[in-house]
Amino acid sequence: MNEMVRNLSAEREIKLEGIGCKRKRTEDIRFVQGRGNYVDDVKLPGMLFGDFARSPFAHARIKKIDKASALAVEGVLAVITSDDLVPLNLHYMPTLAGDVQAVLAHGKVLFQNQEVAFIVAKDRYAAADGADALIVEYEELPALVDPHKSMAADAPVLREDIMDKTHGAHGPRKHPNHIFTWTAGDEAATEAAFAAADVVVKQYLAHPRVHPCPLETCCCVASMDKITGQLTLWGTFQAPHVVRTVASLIANIPEHKIRVIAPDIGGGFGNKVGVYPGYVCSVVASIVTGKPVKWVEDRMENLSTTAFARDYHITAELAATKDGKLLAMRSNVLADHGAFDACADPSKYPAGMYHICTGAYDIPTAYVSVEGVYTNKAPGGVSYRCSFRVTEAAYTIERIIEVLALKLGMDAAELRRKNFIQPTQFPYKSAFGWEYDSGDYPTAMAKAMEAVDYPKLRAEQVERVADFKAGKTRSLMGIGISFFTEIVGAGPSKNCDILGIAMFDSCEIRVHPTGSAVARLGTKSQGQGHETTYAQILATETGIPASAITIEEGDTDTAPYGLGTYGSRSTPVAGAACARAGRKIKQKAQLIASHLLEVHHDDLEWDVDGFQVKGLPEKRKSMKELAWAAYNNVPPGMEMGLEAVDYYDPPNFTFPYGAYFCVVDIDVDTGETKVRRFYALDDCGTRINPMIIEGQIHGGLTEAFAVAMGQLIDFDANGNVLGASLMDYFLPTAVETPHWETDFTEVPSPHHPIGAKGVGESPHVGGVPAFSNAINDAFSKVGGVHTHMPHTAARLWDYGRSLGLHT
Amino acid sequence: MAKSLITLTINGEVHEQRVDDRELLIHTIRERINLTGAHIGCDTGHCGACTIDLDGRSVKSCMMFAVQANGASITTIEGMAHADGTLHALQEGFRMEHGLQCGYCTPGMITRAYRLLKENPNPTEAEIRMGIAGNLCRCTGYQNIVKSIQYAAEQLRIKEAAE
Repeated sequence: MNEMVRNLSAEREIKLEGIGCKRKRTEDIRFVQGRGNYVDDVKLPGMLFGDFARSPFAHARIKKIDKASALAVEGVLAVITSDDLVPLNLHYMPTLAGDVQAVLAHGKVLFQNQEVAFIVAKDRYAAADGADALIVEYEELPALVDPHKSMAADAPVLREDIMDKTHGAHGPRKHPNHIFTWTAGDEAATEAAFAAADVVVKQYLAHPRVHPCPLETCCCVASMDKITGQLTLWGTFQAPHVVRTVASLIANIPEHKIRVIAPDIGGGFGNKVGVYPGYVCSVVASIVTGKPVKWVEDRMENLSTTAFARDYHITAELAATKDGKLLAMRSNVLADHGAFDACADPSKYPAGMYHICTGAYDIPTAYVSVEGVYTNKAPGGVSYRCSFRVTEAAYTIERIIEVLALKLGMDAAELRRKNFIQPTQFPYKSAFGWEYDSGDYPTAMAKAMEAVDYPKLRAEQVERVADFKAGKTRSLMGIGISFFTEIVGAGPSKNCDILGIAMFDSCEIRVHPTGSAVARLGTKSQGQGHETTYAQILATETGIPASAITIEEGDTDTAPYGLGTYGSRSTPVAGAACARAGRKIKQKAQLIASHLLEVHHDDLEWDVDGFQVKGLPEKRKSMKELAWAAYNNVPPGMEMGLEAVDYYDPPNFTFPYGAYFCVVDIDVDTGETKVRRFYALDDCGTRINPMIIEGQIHGGLTEAFAVAMGQLIDFDANGNVLGASLMDYFLPTAVETPHWETDFTEVPSPHHPIGAKGVGESPHVGGVPAFSNAINDAFSKVGGVHTHMPHTAARLWDYGRSLGLHT
Repeated sequence: MAKSLITLTINGEVHEQRVDDRELLIHTIRERINLTGAHIGCDTGHCGACTIDLDGRSVKSCMMFAVQANGASITTIEGMAHADGTLHALQEGFRMEHGLQCGYCTPGMITRAYRLLKENPNPTEAEIRMGIAGNLCRCTGYQNIVKSIQYAAEQLRIKEAAE
């Protein structure tokens, strides 16, 4: 190829804005002008509003509900209680975890702010007035708050509806408040390895209850057309197709009569995966009244009722040789699932992918056991900006390895490097059976250590500790390391389903005669920028410029079925479907090109945005020309049109990883922490849009900072939720948020069509242990071993006092 | 429910509205006047998603009754772009520097930054961070929001110098 042709080709490539381009986001045009269309922006003629009357108690029997008091309020049209739902068999709804959840409290309330009655009124003020006016008589019962006491002999029985069930969705139950016991790995071999090891460490790690808290709360608008029998449901749904199927099953409405629309979504982070009572009640209210009904939760309702994350009470153990070679790992977890088991996990895995907890290390033997229990708290158990329970897993291994380093007197980075899975070991089978797809951990770690000048940091820390001990400073320096491995892209049908539906995803593309296209997918962006990045994948695959491709998601009437967006699955699964649908388009285009150019299709080669005759680049047909021909001049016997659809069932998960370093300075007298530096190196395989990747990492790190340093949904002894408003619940502002440094390596996934692994959640998964390790590292120099998150100033001050650093 | 007749000038247009005495300004703007750019995120005045510009101040419109705004002149995100349809430097800056993701905080954030730059056309990074501390973002980690505002500040200074 001569120079001129090469230049032309490079110019065409730039115009495509394909994979690797820092393309500006197409969705921003509407967002920066206030033209987004979020659920609360939906306004329909005659629309009514719903609001909940909620329980003031964590555990109480409902003696009487006096509807008249609410119905007397001006503007209130209806009050729906559980008794009204019983004849419709809608008083309980199935959860994603195989349990049932009361749509409205049935006989008892089981957590504070539980939905007791749904008030339907002419406007949102009247609905709130009605909820306030409703008189409910309760008989308070003892609340079960501490999950460690759930299975005590004298524990109050929470779930009377299932108290006689000896088996749950995940096996036998040994107590009325027991949900499941789930294990993985080889218990006996792990026990033997621990018994024979030179060194063992064991540490209790509480991962407290937190909430994803997207800026937009959960909401919906239900509109039942009584004439056509068509239900339209707008909502904040991360997985709109699953919502349609669940709605059909719950409400017994044929699935083709339900249209679910997830318009623009104001952040999700796991909060908007589940199906909540507000959705069901809005649908019922619309059926009852014949009018559209809108329900919008307020922030307090959001933080205290729709979902929570974590609440894992972890015991972690490591066994090693005296020179630091890891031999075995074990973890026992007590999982607080609240009053109903509504965790969002693939059916087979009630503890999600917690068994990725051997992390980036070559650990020959391992065992985990997770016990799920009921308490008088809100249901949920969602993956807050991570794949299923993966932050918990990363926290376990990345904290316990630090505890081991401390015991061995070994440098924590050195201990990690000594035990890394080596590049030659991929595909690597972990002790729990996961097959890690690809990676080069030593290179990533070396690059990160060089970037932060790790030896210099440690030398500075030695000086600081000496100064501290000499009374010259009251500040401790901490260096937090996290080398994490995720498991994302759920998932292969052999492992993953939700309610029996395999966790594939899909892309359907139509190329128009003039060469532009529309593609629709089964996922749903909540800020990830899908409209921009999917178009980039398709641009590279089809030669149609990204700017000429419209991406649509979220309308079940138009988009192909898919399992939605969470757990970093969009790029690994729907992104793969995108690439493969694009390749199908290209295949057909090649046959059309062969027809137009009158050569055999094997004599054609692809060049950026069209096919050319091998060796004769001037004899070419661009995709734009081929699209036109697809509608008027196709080879004999070929169907007209240029469309493709692909349903992608991934052969494996993808395993993104990263090396994070965090440097903090802690004032022991105030407990205040200053994050001096945070460096994040991520490997997410092939990088589609570096600008968006960087943005995702900034955001995920900020959420990790929030979890590690301040977030907590706490309860008092009576089950009153403490701090369920932004007055108390920590969302970092621009002032406390640290500056982020990002970096990368790029080892593609061998099994993904374009080698991409997913990135949105890595910074959260890796960030949480990095912060916590930094804090714990600082205190380890003055006698500390482990202190639990959140590392607020008050708690660190207290911890310092327990170590005798001040009185 | 007692109602009052109020007059609001929003983005240069005069609106006469009969509102409930207890009605929050954000609801009047979003539901009666149908300008849905400003959002509701917290109900307690912490998140700033409802920020509008009212008589030359940044105001969280869920913290104010509509009747209290009677006679006020208001700019919302919908009034930010120029009359010829081109974007305001802040809108352009947020797009260029990837200062938004889900877009929910963006109208409030841009409206707040608009007043910040009026008061301080050449802010330092620390001044920007302090200046937007009343506006929460859950997606971006703020770093690119800071860059977006710096981008806009520079564009506006260049424009001013040229005029």
